[in-house]
Amino acid sequence: MTAMFRSAAVRLAQHSLAVAAAAGFALFACAAQATTVERVVSPKGIEAWLVEEQAVPLVAMNFAFRGGAAQDPPEKPGVANLLSGMLDEGAGDLPSEAFQARLDDLSVELSFSAGREAFFGTLRTLVETRDEAFSLLKRAITVPRFDDEPLARMKDAVTTGIRAASTDPDSLASQALAAAMFPGHPYGRPIEGTERTVAAITRDDLELFRRAAFARSNLRIVVVGAIDAKTLGPLLDATFGDLPENPFLRPVPDVKPADAGLVEVAFSTPQAVIRFAGNGLERHDPDFMPAFVANHILGGAGFSSRLYAEVREKRGLAYSVGTGLATFDHAAAFFGGTATRADRGDEALTLIETEIRRLASEGPTEAELDQAKHYLIGSFALRFDTSSRIASQLLAFSLDGLGIDYVEHRNDLVAAVTIEDVRRAARRVFEAGPAVVVRVGPKPS
Amino acid sequence: MIAALVLSAAPLRAETPAVPRIAPAASEFTLDNGLSVVVVPDRRAPVVTQMVWYRVGSADDPVGKSGIAHFLEHLMFKGTKTHPAGVFSAEVAEIGGNENAFTTDDATVYHQTVPKEQLGLVMGFEADRMANLVLDDAAVLPERDVILEERRMRVDSDPAAQLGEAVDAALYQRHPYGTPVIGWAHEMAELSREDAITFYDRAYTPNNAILVVAGDVDEEEVRVLAEATYGKVARRAAPAPRDRAKEPEPVAARAVTLSDPRVAQPSLQRRYLVPSYASATGREAEALDVLADILGGGTESRLYRKLVRGAAIATSAGVWYSGSQLDYGSFGLSASPRGATTLDTLAAAIDGVIADLRDRGITEDELARAKRRTRAGAIYAQDSSRGLANYLGTALLTGESLAKAQDYPARIEAVTAEDVRAAAEKYLDLKRSVTGYLLPAPAAKPI
Repeated sequence: MTAMFRSAAVRLAQHSLAVAAAAGFALFACAAQATTVERVVSPKGIEAWLVEEQAVPLVAMNFAFRGGAAQDPPEKPGVANLLSGMLDEGAGDLPSEAFQARLDDLSVELSFSAGREAFFGTLRTLVETRDEAFSLLKRAITVPRFDDEPLARMKDAVTTGIRAASTDPDSLASQALAAAMFPGHPYGRPIEGTERTVAAITRDDLELFRRAAFARSNLRIVVVGAIDAKTLGPLLDATFGDLPENPFLRPVPDVKPADAGLVEVAFSTPQAVIRFAGNGLERHDPDFMPAFVANHILGGAGFSSRLYAEVREKRGLAYSVGTGLATFDHAAAFFGGTATRADRGDEALTLIETEIRRLASEGPTEAELDQAKHYLIGSFALRFDTSSRIASQLLAFSLDGLGIDYVEHRNDLVAAVTIEDVRRAARRVFEAGPAVVVRVGPKPS
Repeated sequence: MIAALVLSAAPLRAETPAVPRIAPAASEFTLDNGLSVVVVPDRRAPVVTQMVWYRVGSADDPVGKSGIAHFLEHLMFKGTKTHPAGVFSAEVAEIGGNENAFTTDDATVYHQTVPKEQLGLVMGFEADRMANLVLDDAAVLPERDVILEERRMRVDSDPAAQLGEAVDAALYQRHPYGTPVIGWAHEMAELSREDAITFYDRAYTPNNAILVVAGDVDEEEVRVLAEATYGKVARRAAPAPRDRAKEPEPVAARAVTLSDPRVAQPSLQRRYLVPSYASATGREAEALDVLADILGGGTESRLYRKLVRGAAIATSAGVWYSGSQLDYGSFGLSASPRGATTLDTLAAAIDGVIADLRDRGITEDELARAKRRTRAGAIYAQDSSRGLANYLGTALLTGESLAKAQDYPARIEAVTAEDVRAAAEKYLDLKRSVTGYLLPAPAAKPI
């Protein structure tokens, strides 16, 4: 299924770990400015953003239907996630095995995943197999078979993953954090569901979700690679043109992270895994970009944040520490986390909370602001490194409702941030401190 | 007879698709001080990645000092005479670059990705810390706590990772690949500033390193910048040959079991002692690559078709061949049981699939599919210049020539079904393996 290519050494240890992966939410991500993004509208009116790049003979497409796991039936979390595993398990006249063999014959990579608020698909194909790759995708999203054998197999695979995660400290912490932040809300439910709810999901649940969520008006598409607008338009129609115009989505209420305080999860492990979160700013808030800069200074990527210096560099309390901003369609949050030896968990947490409040009350120094802006502006272009990453970055902007020209003026927005802006935004986001702190680890004695 | 052969060869050649090369535009040269340089031009975006690969890794840790190669990798961020702690990283951040470093069994690697016009700047910093590292205990001691936390996070918090260490330790009875890259905790806790400096002075020298530059540059630009930066660093040592202890011929199948209350989902993993690309003879390494793909690479593989789809006794089953090490490769497999299947049943079923492959070999169709995946993979690989830098650095570090590394797809193309069967027969022998069983255990009643 995945193209074979020699792997590098599997045994390695490294200087630093990306904080976003450890913290359990995707960090707000940025794309780059040098790329020309073209708007393509198909004959039937389906829109895509296209970055034409002829240097390598491949095409990468990332797309999303708004309405992800938050659209799961309230009593059955896990439907969107299971659906994402079932779409390439047979479609139309091709049963599971034949469908997978065809993808393999063509060296086409097709995958789906369920986010909280969008259902994602990615397609990678060589130019020579492009038309059949799109045709297989069309069948996957319009006439999936959901046969008994693959359904049972995928349910067991998902259940195995849920069981393994049930004793993984990071997974425990992320789930406890979501549940504490958003009690009774779709955002608080596990995307994978539970062993019980996955067992209860039927073929009809999958088909109902597909019919409700897969439509043209909630579809966002980005294509990168060796294809021009004239060729892409008809392909979009052939692939997505038969979908209904509008989805039927459940309303999702607006919500603020609950003031849940400290949540302790007793678990016998050598580290205290700490996750925290508080209310953030929504993506279109005028203070969002200043808050983004403030977060970078507090706990952003690289080796220069305040938390990196205080928690790791000076005291050796942790390997990984950081913070981020998360924006949902109906909520906004800041979040962060670390993992430290169990007997120093209190010390690390106190230190982090002190730094959060210090940034809120004093703001950054002019020098820190300057450095942060330089980094954020300069590193924007580095998000361009592969077709797939360009596609996923642009898709994130599209889903956030940012315009097709956002990549061109995003750096101007960072450059315009003043020290007063950052002070104000830091106060708004960080003054109250975390509303929820989750600590997974042995009970403190 | 001759005419018939020619005639029959012609259509065959016509059907054989073009075999791509990996990073066809790459080139190489060597500086006077012995630094090898590889350039991989990629003009798609105005950015460039430099990676410096030192020919030293955890398998070169002195006995009793496990983890020192990786510890030094962390300490390389602590500053030099001319650029005190934090200055390099601050400069990389200032220009909007990304940086990191990693350590493997055989290599220690430092890398930055920056806007193209800043390449000379980061080359200057990297050349400086090749020779002028300054360490004091105020920097060293907290960092030692950091690597201990890294170990707790990556290994001690994860029973599957702990089992993996135990499998490696049992697989290598003599060779240092049996020691974790990050080190054993009790030895890491004793590592000192002096240990790090001794290791540094022995291994960090231009004649023991490979510079890979990938991105919006050409060879001439890189040559000028490299001579002005790395070219000024004198040879600091004459690295000794990397003669590590060899493994005895294995005679006993081994099994290790980790039962832990933190395990909710049982699984098994296995590794076989096999040659690497650097240590193999003939086409054995290429054959092992194809074998791993056919046996357990993806949903078209034998293990997936027979155990996950067919017998429905596993939820996952995968195989990999890691041939990028200097002395031995690692041929591994892992699987999770489905439903009430026990690990013993699962292991027996896996052994049945392997026995069938050893006895009857692979089909021409399976071989053709594996080759097609490799050809496609080489084209997909062009999309990531950082991936290419990583691939070429690994290959050159283990003694492969640039041309040989670029010709990888052609080498796979040359593999025959008999090569694969012979590799399976020779190497997928339980005597050469360690099987690790990960099992739940009630907290009160350890097994």
